[in-house]
Amino acid sequence: MGVKLLLDKAHVPGIRTYDVYRREGGYRSVEKALKEMTPESIVEEVKKSGLRGRGGAGFPAGMKWSFIAKPEGVPRHLVCNADESEPGTFKDRYLMEFLPHLLLEGLIVSSFALGSNDTYIYIRGEYAWITDILEEAIKEAHANGWLGKNILGTGFDCNIHVQRGAGAYICGEETALIESLEGNRGNPRIKPPFPAIQGLWQRPTVVNNVETLASIGPIINMGGDEYAKIGVGRSTGTKLISACGNINKPGVYEIDMTISVEDFIYSDEFCGGIANGKKLKACIPGGSSVPILPANLLLKTAKGETRYMNYESLSDGGFATGSMMGSGGFIVLDEDQCIVKNTYTLARFYRHESCGQCSPCREGTGWMEKILQKIETGKGSMSDIDLLWDIQRKIEGNTICPLGDAAAWPVAAAIRHFRDEFEWHINNPELSQTSNFGLQHYADPIHVPA
Amino acid sequence: MLCAQSIEKKRFYMSIQFNEQQMAECKRLIARYPEGKQKSALLPVLHLAQESFDGWLSTETMDYVASVLSIEPIEVYEVASFYSMYNLKPVGQFVFEVCQTGPCMVSGSDNIITYIQQQLDIKPGETTKDGIFTLKLVECLGACGYAPMMQVGKIYKEHLTKEKVDAIITEYRSQAAVKN
Repeated sequence: MGVKLLLDKAHVPGIRTYDVYRREGGYRSVEKALKEMTPESIVEEVKKSGLRGRGGAGFPAGMKWSFIAKPEGVPRHLVCNADESEPGTFKDRYLMEFLPHLLLEGLIVSSFALGSNDTYIYIRGEYAWITDILEEAIKEAHANGWLGKNILGTGFDCNIHVQRGAGAYICGEETALIESLEGNRGNPRIKPPFPAIQGLWQRPTVVNNVETLASIGPIINMGGDEYAKIGVGRSTGTKLISACGNINKPGVYEIDMTISVEDFIYSDEFCGGIANGKKLKACIPGGSSVPILPANLLLKTAKGETRYMNYESLSDGGFATGSMMGSGGFIVLDEDQCIVKNTYTLARFYRHESCGQCSPCREGTGWMEKILQKIETGKGSMSDIDLLWDIQRKIEGNTICPLGDAAAWPVAAAIRHFRDEFEWHINNPELSQTSNFGLQHYADPIHVPA
Repeated sequence: MLCAQSIEKKRFYMSIQFNEQQMAECKRLIARYPEGKQKSALLPVLHLAQESFDGWLSTETMDYVASVLSIEPIEVYEVASFYSMYNLKPVGQFVFEVCQTGPCMVSGSDNIITYIQQQLDIKPGETTKDGIFTLKLVECLGACGYAPMMQVGKIYKEHLTKEKVDAIITEYRSQAAVKN
C-alpha cells in the first residue's frame, strides 16, 4: 500500500553497488540539479515539497536551508547527521546500509544547493561497518565522476567525508555534533548564533538528518509540487518508521502518512500485530523521548477520531492526550510490559547520556533514575510520584538543548497516563516484584465528551 | 635515579607509536579537514589508537595522540573520557557490549544479560580471568528491531537467544585460542 520513494529499490539485488544503483536510475537528480537548476531553484523545490526534518523536530527543510548565511569568501558546509541514537530508531542505519548511494545522491544535490565543497557525514561510532559501506560508496562515486573536482563539467567541486562518533547520544543535537566534529566533547552550544550563521569552524553550516537528505533526490526528480501531493496536510511525502518491541514483524517501513495507527500495527504489510497473541498495552510512537500513550489513546484521539501515522494526527491533543511523530521510532509494548520498569530504563538512558553542562538535566536525570529504580524495586513511597512530576517539570525548558525535554517527557507521560500502575507498585511492594499490573483499563474505549 | 626513570619513560613512550600503515591512515584522517583544523581528527584518531594499542587508551597512548595532532594532552583526556566507546582501562580481547535500553528490555535483554554473566562468571564491567572476555552494559545501539542484541568489536550480534550466546562464546573462545 502507498507510495515508496526511498525504499522502492531496496530489494533489488546488488543495489548497494554503484553499477546496479545507476542502472536502476540512480544519480539522475544530480544531473538534473547541476545541469538544469540553480542552487536557488533547488532550495525553492525543497520548500515547495514541504519536506520536514526527519530527525525528530520536523522543521521544514527548505526553510532551514534558506537561513544559511553567505558571507563573501567564507566556505559553507553541509553536515549529514547520521548519529542515530534515539532508542527505538534504526531507520537511518537501514538507509545507509542498503542504499548508500541514495544518501550520496541527496548529499551531492544538497551540497550544490548550499554551496558546500566539503560535506561531512557524522555517523555514530557503533555503526562501524556502515562507515565502511559509505566509504566504499564514496570511492565508487568518485571513480564515476559524481564527486571530486568539476563534477559533470559544471565547475562544482564536492568531497564527502565520513567521521565516526564515539558513543554519545547528545551528538545527535546539531551543535553538539558540530563540537564533536571539531574534536571536542559533545557539549551543545548556546543558540544564537545558529549553525546557519556560525557552525562548523564558525562557518555557515546546515545539519540535516540522513532520511531528510535521502529524500532530496526523489524531490528533485519528481518536483516539489508532486512530492507535496503525497501524504496529508503538512505531513508531505513519505516517512520511514522503524517498528520494534512486542510485534510480529519488527523492521523499517516506508509509509505515505495516510495510514491509521491501527492498520500500521495490525496489518500484515507492516507490524503484523502484537507478538504471541498478546494484547496491545502502550506505545511510544516516535522514539523514546516522545510521550508514551496507552492503547486507547494511541488508536483514537481524545475526540474519538481515528489516529493516523502523521505529524498532525500523532500530536493531536497535545501532550495531554497525544504524542509526536518524532524520529519515527515506533516502540510497541504488550500487556505483559511494566510501564514503571520501561520508564526506569529510559530514565537511566538519559542520565547516562546527559552531557552534564546544565544542572537541571545533569542532576534531574540522576534523581529521576534513582526514584524510578526505588519504585521499580518495591521501595517507593506515594510522595515519590509527585516528586518525579516536580523534577521533570523543573528540567523541561530549562536547559541549553532539548535533551532535558527529551528526558522529562517520557517520565511525565508515564505518570500522566499510568499513574495507577505507579501507585500499584508502591502499594504492593512484594507482589510487584513477582507479577505485573497487566493491561487493566488501558485498552478500554475512551469516554468522549458529547 | 631520576635519569634512569626518564630513560625508562622514554622507552615506554617509544613503544606507543603508529606503524607505517597506521600512520598513513592517521594522515588520511587528518587530511579530511582544513589546514589548522587537525584537532577535528581527534575522534577518528582515538579510534585508530585504541584499535592499534590493545583495545584501550592509556595515558601514554593519549599523550602520543596529542603529539601527533599537535594539541595539548588535556584536550585528548577530556574527549576520551566523554565518549563511551573509548576504554580508559584495559579490557579483554573481546568486549561484549550488551544493550539494556527500553526496546531491548521489552524484548528480553534482562535474561540475556543474566545468562552471559552466568556463562562467563563475571559481572558487568569485569573481565574474565583468562583475559578473553569483558562484559559491558551499554545504552541503545540502534538495533531495536533486532533485539536483544550486543556488539562485539565492529559486529552486531542480533536476535540473541541463550543458544546464540553459547555459540558466540564458543566462536570467540576459539578465535582467542588461535591468536594466543
